[in-house]
Amino acid sequence: MGNQNLRPPTISVTPQEYQKLSQQMTPKPTVFKNCVWAFIIGGAICALSQILVNLLKLAGLPQAEASNAVTAIMILVGALLTGLGVYDEIVKVAGAGAIVPVTGFANSMVSPALEFKREGYVVGVGAKLFTVAGPVLVYGVATSIVLGIAAYLLRVFPLVPR
Amino acid sequence: MLETNLKRAGNQTVVFANPPVILSSYTVVGPMEGQGPLGATFDSVWPDTLHNEKSWERAESKLLQEALEGAIARSGVTRDQIDFMLAGDLLNQIISSNYAARQIALPFIGLYGACSTMALGLILGSMLLDGGFARHVLVGVSSHHDTAERQYRMPTEHGNQRSMSAQWTVTGAGSVLLGRSGNGPRIASATVGRILDYGETDANNMGAAMAPAVSDTILNHLHDLNRTPADYDLIASGDLGTVGLGLAHEVLKKSGIPVGQEFTDCGVMIYDPSQDVHAGGSGCGCSAVVFAGSILQRVRAGEFKRVLLVGSGALHSPTSSQQGESIPSIGHAVEIVG
Repeated sequence: MGNQNLRPPTISVTPQEYQKLSQQMTPKPTVFKNCVWAFIIGGAICALSQILVNLLKLAGLPQAEASNAVTAIMILVGALLTGLGVYDEIVKVAGAGAIVPVTGFANSMVSPALEFKREGYVVGVGAKLFTVAGPVLVYGVATSIVLGIAAYLLRVFPLVPR
Repeated sequence: MLETNLKRAGNQTVVFANPPVILSSYTVVGPMEGQGPLGATFDSVWPDTLHNEKSWERAESKLLQEALEGAIARSGVTRDQIDFMLAGDLLNQIISSNYAARQIALPFIGLYGACSTMALGLILGSMLLDGGFARHVLVGVSSHHDTAERQYRMPTEHGNQRSMSAQWTVTGAGSVLLGRSGNGPRIASATVGRILDYGETDANNMGAAMAPAVSDTILNHLHDLNRTPADYDLIASGDLGTVGLGLAHEVLKKSGIPVGQEFTDCGVMIYDPSQDVHAGGSGCGCSAVVFAGSILQRVRAGEFKRVLLVGSGALHSPTSSQQGESIPSIGHAVEIVG
């Protein structure tokens, strides 16, 4: 690394000096602006979902069913906006505000599906559908299994005397 | 054996005995590049990046093929007089070039130098000509925003926020036809770079990764030929971007090379800040279309008498980045005189 093996002449900057220079001259992310927009758009998505839940409950659906129905509706919205090529424009502004809600999850599944269709339905779409969402599923499921086992063990061997 | 007839100067530079001539050039770009500050300098602007092809990859190959055929047509040289085609791009196994070469059907040498491939092709093409191995050499490279995103980063419709130091891969192909004689700008000398790695691991900050290598090549080129930056009307790096260009300026100043306004970057020239590309353009096509378009036009017009093009390449892969490796980079310098 750096200029250890190079025949002179070479640049008169050590790797350490260069790291410092690089940190000074690399622009930082606009954290405050990103947070504000994430709040606004993320909040808007969640507020919209709540409005839909309330409307469905008014129409007679019980809480659990209404909640599930709205999740499905928001997945549809995310998928549709991804297909229309609009969702990535929203995320550019909203950042985590549009990645974290389930609409973002839909985007992470639909975008590889669209992209890899050109390699066919089996090795394209089929194999690569989970390239973005894969880690979420793997670690989400694995964590819930570990916590489930821990919860069971705590019930069988209670640590707090009754 | 006596080491006579070596066409070298100093440690790293080659000086051509019969400087090859750039007989013609041709550039094809996508809509974003056409809307940028250099829009009027490109020969052909596509209305969209797919251009009725079945995939981004086919579109990129078509882009390159158009540029190559355009350069041949403009030169007036017939195909049977062109002895080699040198081409490269960013894709795995350089497929854009391979498929374009299938159509062009000339003896083919594929190159990979990441974003420095245009400069690399100019150097090797000049060596083939000055070495007496060819009458004419066709050089062309391409890059395409969507093929690069798909291979190096995320699916194209995936929502993510790009870092402020990230660069935008240029959708563009540039080609030149080189010959041993004729009218046109000439390639006088070249300095092949060596890889420098200063520990930058962030693939979203390639400018910072490449600045040391580019600076090292410029330093050695000037040292070998006993020149200063003021001897050049323009020193243009390929795609350092705003971040890398600033760093290269600092590094060269600290190394005793007085660079000034004459040192700029093709990635900075090709887009306007209002196009929101963050640190600027990148990709093989970046240096190719800016060089084969705007820069050559200004050399031919007499505005630039001596130009140094320094292609910059980040020689990592998605795999090496994921394994946490830093980014080894290179800079290749080509001197063009009007």
